Amino acid sequence: MSILIITEHDNQSLKPVTLNLVTAAQQIGGDIDLLVAGENAQGAAEAAATIGGVRKVILADNAAYAHQLAENVSKLVVELADGYSHILAPGTTTGKNIAPRVAALLGVNQLSDIISVEAADTFKRPIYAGNAIATVKSADAVKVMTVRGTAFDAAEAAGGSAVIEACGAVHQHADVSFVGEELAKSDRPELTAASVVISGGRGMGNGENFELLNKVADKLGAAVGASRAAVDAGFVPNDMQVGQTGKMVAPELYIAVGISGAIQHLAGMKDSKVIVAINKDEEAPIFQVADYGLVADLFEAVPELENRL
Amino acid sequence: MKVLVAVKRVIDYNVKVRVKSDRSDVDLANVKMALNPFCEIAVEEAVRLKEAGTASEVVVVSIGSKSCQEQLRTALALGADRAIQVEAADQLDSLSVARILQKIAEEESADLILLGKQAIDSDNNQTGQMLAALMDRPQATFASEVVVEGETLKVTREVDGGLQTLSLKLPAVVTTDLRLNEPRYASLPNIMKAKKKPLDVKTPEELGAQLAAGVELVSVEPPAERQAGIKVSSVEELVDKLRNEAKVVA
Ligand SMILES: Cc1cc2nc3c(=O)[nH]c(=O)nc-3n(C[C@H](O)[C@H](O)[C@H](O)COP(=O)(O)OP(=O)(O)OC[C@H]3O[C@@H](n4cnc5c(N)ncnc54)[C@H](O)[C@@H]3O)c2cc1C
Ligand SMILES: Cc1cc2nc3c(=O)[nH]c(=O)nc-3n(C[C@H](O)[C@H](O)[C@H](O)COP(=O)(O)OP(=O)(O)OC[C@H]3O[C@@H](n4cnc5c(N)ncnc54)[C@H](O)[C@@H]3O)c2cc1C
Repeated sequence: MSILIITEHDNQSLKPVTLNLVTAAQQIGGDIDLLVAGENAQGAAEAAATIGGVRKVILADNAAYAHQLAENVSKLVVELADGYSHILAPGTTTGKNIAPRVAALLGVNQLSDIISVEAADTFKRPIYAGNAIATVKSADAVKVMTVRGTAFDAAEAAGGSAVIEACGAVHQHADVSFVGEELAKSDRPELTAASVVISGGRGMGNGENFELLNKVADKLGAAVGASRAAVDAGFVPNDMQVGQTGKMVAPELYIAVGISGAIQHLAGMKDSKVIVAINKDEEAPIFQVADYGLVADLFEAVPELENRL
Repeated sequence: MKVLVAVKRVIDYNVKVRVKSDRSDVDLANVKMALNPFCEIAVEEAVRLKEAGTASEVVVVSIGSKSCQEQLRTALALGADRAIQVEAADQLDSLSVARILQKIAEEESADLILLGKQAIDSDNNQTGQMLAALMDRPQATFASEVVVEGETLKVTREVDGGLQTLSLKLPAVVTTDLRLNEPRYASLPNIMKAKKKPLDVKTPEELGAQLAAGVELVSVEPPAERQAGIKVSSVEELVDKLRNEAKVVA
């Protein structure tokens, strides 16, 4: 068996989720190759080559892949697919954008967001906002899947010395182009990779009040997240949404502040190791999953928390 | 511009699903069903394009057993012009759904095909991308803004890092995210009117769509339940527990 991983990167560097995918691939078993499709992506390819247990890194460096548009990358992957038994992509917005196109072009179904490897053809994945876990078995010759990074440990980022093989294939769809992007700038760790996450909900009242959470986050080296209600209300940008239809997080410590605990929110954070809830309503469902619940007004509790840390 | 919207019948988002005792699947007997929330957003977007004079016709399609006609009627009440039910098993796999949608899109010569970014039952987030690939057309998934400029779409997408904007030539596939719009409620007169709007029934064979196989559902289990922990009485106690009991804070 051999496995191709579509890496997550920003051309210069590799995103940590790639390491979790390598672990998933090791559990499947077989040779592991990594694809870096980008522009001026030598940096990301070099980082990929040092991951332990990787056979080779395929670097497709071309303007067509600069923004990893799904139309272009999917055709590249299909061209490379021959001989691979599994093609893995991260369950990120980039991975989810590309992998289903690959699957459709190869004429197979996709397994979305797998959380465990039971056998080389059998996997577990959450359905219904994580309220049920399905075991699915694929008879397809090539298994295309997205992987939930937080469900697998990170592989060693160092110790490997894989060869980097250049791939000159260029696929450029004529009818799509990149216009621009507005990326959130933050010195804090990435939400899905942080070991501590503090999230605010509608109870925060407005965007300025998130500063209270930022201060705690600075002390804990935490990332800051939010509920859908806080994003919809315009308190904070969309990239902070945690939940069934936002980001899935599983940190060591998750602190939910002014969040009621709707099933859609729980779906995105209930695999956290320790959960803290601060809410003034003692009946709030979030307390049913919290290891430590504090019934309090957040505007008093959060500044005090910051002081005591 | 003709708009095709794919809608799925799913469990109501307020219902917490239970796994059957034999673990063969989840139990959907007597459970409240609804239009998938992301599909509702897709219908709303299409109807707004029609109201703005940009879209000439809005056709909604659902693939499943006869019961999905209920959701098609909902979409018609929200303002769609016409509906198509493709008679097939409920929970048909995504690739088969995408192949059927491709045939419908061709038959209808749709310029814009709108889908939800994910169905809240299977949480797959893949059908729109598969459809776009089969048609070899551009896609804009997770859309939070769609602007039509002649034969071109400018779509803002919600991505992990923030927002990304793409330009696509029609025909194109767009999948909706939560912030694209706030769907309206269907008024009673519109619900009545919807009963008279055309609803065609087709089969995959008539359409010439080939169904896929491949993925087998082996079993379904409930997730590991988290036990509720304790209530602490003060911030001081909380910090003490985090430091000395959970040991997650230095
Ligand atoms: C299709 C769909 C997808 C969805 N996806 C997601 C998702 O991915 N993520 C997500 O989070 N939600 C999602 N939702 C929304 C979800 O159903 C809830 O509406 C949302 O999570 C509620 O956010 P909240 O807890 O911040 O707000 P509320 O439910 O309004 O809760 C606010 C809480 O703050 C508390 N509070 C208020 N003031 C204070 C104070 N001063 N001090 C302490 N506590 C206070 C209140 O007691 C209350 O419990 C989705 C919904 C749908 C239909
Ligand atoms: C327990 C369980 C596990 C399953 N596991 C898998 C699995 O691992 N792999 C797999 O491929 N399938 C699986 N299925 C089948 C799966 O639930 C879906 O029925 C199927 O994949 C259809 O697409 P989707 O809901 O995933 O679409 P998504 O890609 O999540 O939905 C996106 C959009 O596609 C459109 N759409 C989807 N279905 C229809 C439809 N029938 N009619 C009209 N529009 C539609 C809607 O606009 C929707 O918003 C499973 C089903 C069950 C019950």
